[in-house]
Amino acid sequence: MTDHPAVLVEGLRKSYGRHTALAGLDLLVAEGTVHGVLGPNGAGKTTAVRILATLLAADGGRAEVLGVDVLRQPQLVRPRIGLTGQYAAVDERLTGLENLEMFGRLYRLSARTARARAAELLERFDLAEAAGRQAKTYSGGMRRRLDLAASLIMAPAVLFLDEPTTGLDPRSRQAMWRVIADLVRDGTTVLLTTQYLEEADQLADRVSVVDTGRVIAEGTTDDLKRQIGGDRLDITVAEGCDLGGAAEVLARSGTGAATVDADERRVSVPVSGAGILAEVVRGLDEIGVTIVDVALHRPSLDDVFMTLTGHGAAPAGATGPGGPGGDDGPPGPRTGDDERDLVKA
Amino acid sequence: MTTLDLTPVARRSRLTWELLDAWVMCRRNLMKTWRVPELLVFATIQPVMFVLLFSYVFGGAIDVGPDLDYVDFLMPGVFVQTVIFGAMMTGIGLANDKEEGLIDRFRSLPMSRSALLTGRTLADLVRNAFIILIMLLVGLAVGFRFGDTTVPAILAGFGVMLIFSYAFSWVSAVIGMSVRSTEAAQSGGMIWVFPLVFASSAFARVDTMPGWLQAFADHQPVTVTVDAVRALFLGGPVADDLLLSLAWCGGILLLFGPLAVRAFRRDAAG
Ligand SMILES: Nc1ncnc2c1ncn2[C@@H]1O[C@H](COP(=O)(O)OP(=O)(O)OP(=O)(O)O)[C@@H](O)[C@H]1O
Ligand SMILES: [Mg+2]
Repeated sequence: MTDHPAVLVEGLRKSYGRHTALAGLDLLVAEGTVHGVLGPNGAGKTTAVRILATLLAADGGRAEVLGVDVLRQPQLVRPRIGLTGQYAAVDERLTGLENLEMFGRLYRLSARTARARAAELLERFDLAEAAGRQAKTYSGGMRRRLDLAASLIMAPAVLFLDEPTTGLDPRSRQAMWRVIADLVRDGTTVLLTTQYLEEADQLADRVSVVDTGRVIAEGTTDDLKRQIGGDRLDITVAEGCDLGGAAEVLARSGTGAATVDADERRVSVPVSGAGILAEVVRGLDEIGVTIVDVALHRPSLDDVFMTLTGHGAAPAGATGPGGPGGDDGPPGPRTGDDERDLVKA
Repeated sequence: MTTLDLTPVARRSRLTWELLDAWVMCRRNLMKTWRVPELLVFATIQPVMFVLLFSYVFGGAIDVGPDLDYVDFLMPGVFVQTVIFGAMMTGIGLANDKEEGLIDRFRSLPMSRSALLTGRTLADLVRNAFIILIMLLVGLAVGFRFGDTTVPAILAGFGVMLIFSYAFSWVSAVIGMSVRSTEAAQSGGMIWVFPLVFASSAFARVDTMPGWLQAFADHQPVTVTVDAVRALFLGGPVADDLLLSLAWCGGILLLFGPLAVRAFRRDAAG
């Protein structure tokens, strides 16, 4: 351990022509932690990761990895980082084993060590059976794991993961999460970008919410949730009932303004506990509104995002495996045979 | 996490690393060529068609002088044409690597910056040598014969072709690293080769062309290389063309080598 943070970014700027991708980004990631960079499409996540991984020159600002300036001394940074990009970068025509061996050789391992390391990683990522097959025959999940394995060849101190589970089915995603959690347990610092609020919630110690190239909020996931003020009461009312009236009732009992979702026929209001539930039910009864569903909702990062940016975190269909809505329930099914199915997939 | 000692092999000289990295990359590209044999087959069929079509269709129409068979005149031209088109695979392969995100991965490794390119160009050289061999056999089958020459001269002829092929691989590398897609590398790599190949002595004598074209055709690299190979294969004065051809190749390498490395270092995301 050193006294440097694993990643330090200050006022990082990058434009593509007239388009600004990063407008003064700040990040601080302590060693041994997982930091989530959360943001919608086009927020600048990939740009930031590519700069940190020495692939792209910044226009201005500071970027250090383990105390080394990535812009001035990229060659000192490269041996100590691993990068798994948004799209798996493996050679389709080579087998899993050949891919990892090749990258191992290029990391300057001896032929024998490169081969042994490749075998070890394939075993660890459940790819041993597929080791002799060309990567083009791999499923998306397998390819992602091979890609991740390639960035772990040198057991790097800092790992950059750009949307590591985008496009994976819930099971592959669960498997990936476990792999990442294991890495962190072994002491790797991880900076991961994601559009999935739930993923950040699951994996990250701290989160930076990024929108249009700058950080709009930073903290632990709990901090962020607290920012939008405690619990929320959601009440779905029957067809034909007076939504406006219901909203008034809720606003009287809540701690803030009530919001109405006409499509879902749902009225929501921030509350300070479940104590006011009886009062709300009575109030609605009085104005003749029939309740279909009542839910007391602990805030999710989705809500945080809404509150901070005024728009959703991700386009429709891009929410986590727990289904749309970003409720706090357990993510996806957790069955025992995830891993085995993955290999056959 | 691992029981292996992951310390990189003790530092050897820079050049050793350069060569080793290039060898790893070259082997990878050869393995890929081997695994997509269709591409190699097509790359061979095209020049074979040229040999057959030109020698049978134009053989009677194109006058190359009283005591020379057209097929003997033609073969050195088709050889050079083949290697220059073959060299364009370098850029296509690199553009494809870029599309697959592999270039980014290579750039994030502590490997030698130029080895990706050296490895690729060397693999394409091997590939071109193989295609030349196949073409030679086809040529011999349709009546091509070496003229009044020696074995060392013939070998030198093949040597010149390979040097030429290698030099143009670097031109192609610059194109491949600069364009945004494999398709662009495909068309961008080809268009400028056509005038070079056809406005040259590859298929017809330059002195049968209009004067303004001769000025270009006489001095451009394809003509001097074809003429050098022709002299080496068939006999005749060779020194001038040989020197000019080597000078062209050297100049191209000196210019496009650094350009390609620079394009590789620059943001590859494009
Ligand atoms: N090479 C490029 N040329 C021009 N504009 C670019 C380039 N790369 C990214 N951009 C733009 O910069 C902005 C940030 O892009 P970036 O890829 O960093 O976003 P992101 O957060 O990773 O998005 P996504 O979730 O879609 O991956 C976007 O508006 C994008 O259109
Ligand atoms: Mg991205």
